[in-house]
Amino acid sequence: MQGVMKISKIVENMPPSGIRVFFDLVVGMKDVISLGVGEPDFVTPWHVRESAIYAIEKGYTSYTSNKGLPEFRQAISKYLKHKHGLDYDPEEEILITVGVSEGYDLALRALLNRGDEVLVPEPQYVAYGPIVELVGGKAVYIKTELSEGFKITPREIEKNCGKRTRGLVLNYPNNPTGKSYTRKELLEIARVARKHDLVIISDEIYCDLTYDFEHTSFPSLPGMRERTIYLNGFSKSFAMTGWRVGYACGPKEIIAAMNKVHQYTMLCASIISQMAAMEALKNGEQPVNEMKREYKRRREFVIARLNEIGLACHKPEGAFYAFPSIKSTGLSSMEFAQKLLKEEKVAVVPGTAFGKTCEDHVRMCYASSFENLREAMKRIERFLKRRKQKND
Amino acid sequence: MKEPKDMREILEILENDATVTADEIAKMLNMTPKAVKSAIKKYEKDGVILKYKTVINKELLHTEDGAEGVRALIEVKVAPERNVGFEHVAERLYHFPEVKSCYLMSGTYDILVIVEGKSLRNVAGFVSEKLSTVDHIRGTATHFILKKYKEDGDILRQPERSKRPAITL
Repeated sequence: MQGVMKISKIVENMPPSGIRVFFDLVVGMKDVISLGVGEPDFVTPWHVRESAIYAIEKGYTSYTSNKGLPEFRQAISKYLKHKHGLDYDPEEEILITVGVSEGYDLALRALLNRGDEVLVPEPQYVAYGPIVELVGGKAVYIKTELSEGFKITPREIEKNCGKRTRGLVLNYPNNPTGKSYTRKELLEIARVARKHDLVIISDEIYCDLTYDFEHTSFPSLPGMRERTIYLNGFSKSFAMTGWRVGYACGPKEIIAAMNKVHQYTMLCASIISQMAAMEALKNGEQPVNEMKREYKRRREFVIARLNEIGLACHKPEGAFYAFPSIKSTGLSSMEFAQKLLKEEKVAVVPGTAFGKTCEDHVRMCYASSFENLREAMKRIERFLKRRKQKND
Repeated sequence: MKEPKDMREILEILENDATVTADEIAKMLNMTPKAVKSAIKKYEKDGVILKYKTVINKELLHTEDGAEGVRALIEVKVAPERNVGFEHVAERLYHFPEVKSCYLMSGTYDILVIVEGKSLRNVAGFVSEKLSTVDHIRGTATHFILKKYKEDGDILRQPERSKRPAITL
């Protein structure tokens, strides 16, 4: 059906979300246990919600400066220093964004010229590649392997570096694989970044949910501050997905360029969300730690159960996703997700949502109550047994 | 045996949900089921784990005869006794099955008891006939609970349905 309005070639050529059909299927169904979400099951801690109510009562309803409330940027600067040893000037090197999603978009718009290439490790969070294409760049996908724990290796990075390669998108702990990097592993990536003059766009939104070792921030590595755009936010650690507030940090030239776009497209992040996030920074450490403990237990439980019932799953080092292999079932990831939904009413996300190379996996979010997880694992076990009997 | 911290975590998990099995706890804490079982046994033996109960939201049980009962907080003033202080009086009080909780308090009164009875009259009778006649009790003030909003960390209302969409990336 051709309407009056012709759609831009770039948007038309953007890879359509192939799993839309599946989403619609889930929405129409009742009593589904959903492991398909990408957000915490906790609601935002009450002290944060309460501070937003207070802000509204007090009449904080205006725009803020484009970069965000000055005291909020100062608070972030202090927090990053204390928590990750990062040094960012709140005046010129920090920009408050509408979630990391906006920060990522701004970073690429500020960075790329037509035809520039950006390396995107796969499995990827859905937005990384498409945004590169949207701003006229070219996304070069690099498959990471289960056998390597989904680690992006220096060798693979080098192999894919060309004349037009400008940057590399890093996301760790990773959505959907849960892979995170030790300092040693990051130093190897840093070496390649220097050698090939790459800009690193480092999305560390899950940094507080690292379970087995200390999180190392990419810009904290020697020489990396000048070539890193650091993206973070409040959605995952503080259970604030719906507030849409994040921040981007980097050298002042890039932040100024990003702010130029930001002031035209977004103007500023919601002042209410900024006020609430400030409270989260100030008094949120305890709730964050409690949630993390809870996630860790759920991780152990889910991974142990998955392996027990015959879906091989590596142990994710962070975030709140299990990314088991479904190869043994002989099903495609979409078939697996559809059949599981239809037969047992458990929703998971087909691996193909995260890249063409992720056919052998599905993503299961364990940010769900223990009762839900227990029941979901029971149902998946039943599902697998039935399939096995059919095949035998 | 693992770190005592993990042992404490067993209690934390059970305190929140007593239906979690030893097997499941073992998975969560990366321990063997055997180690979890023996830790729980020991806690039971030592009386650290007193018993397993169910949290019931009586606010949702609307019976016509008021069978869900009434509760009152009673402030009790006591003249302490030599050598034993408040212990004797407390003991006299907490053995009554009507007394659900009993605490020694700082402030303007000494002992707080929470009493449950079938009806207002029932509780009133208990206070005037039993409680205030105990030796060394100098006075009481009874406060009936009209509505419970939250008890022991649980908000007393029907669980809300999750507001998040079933699939997000």
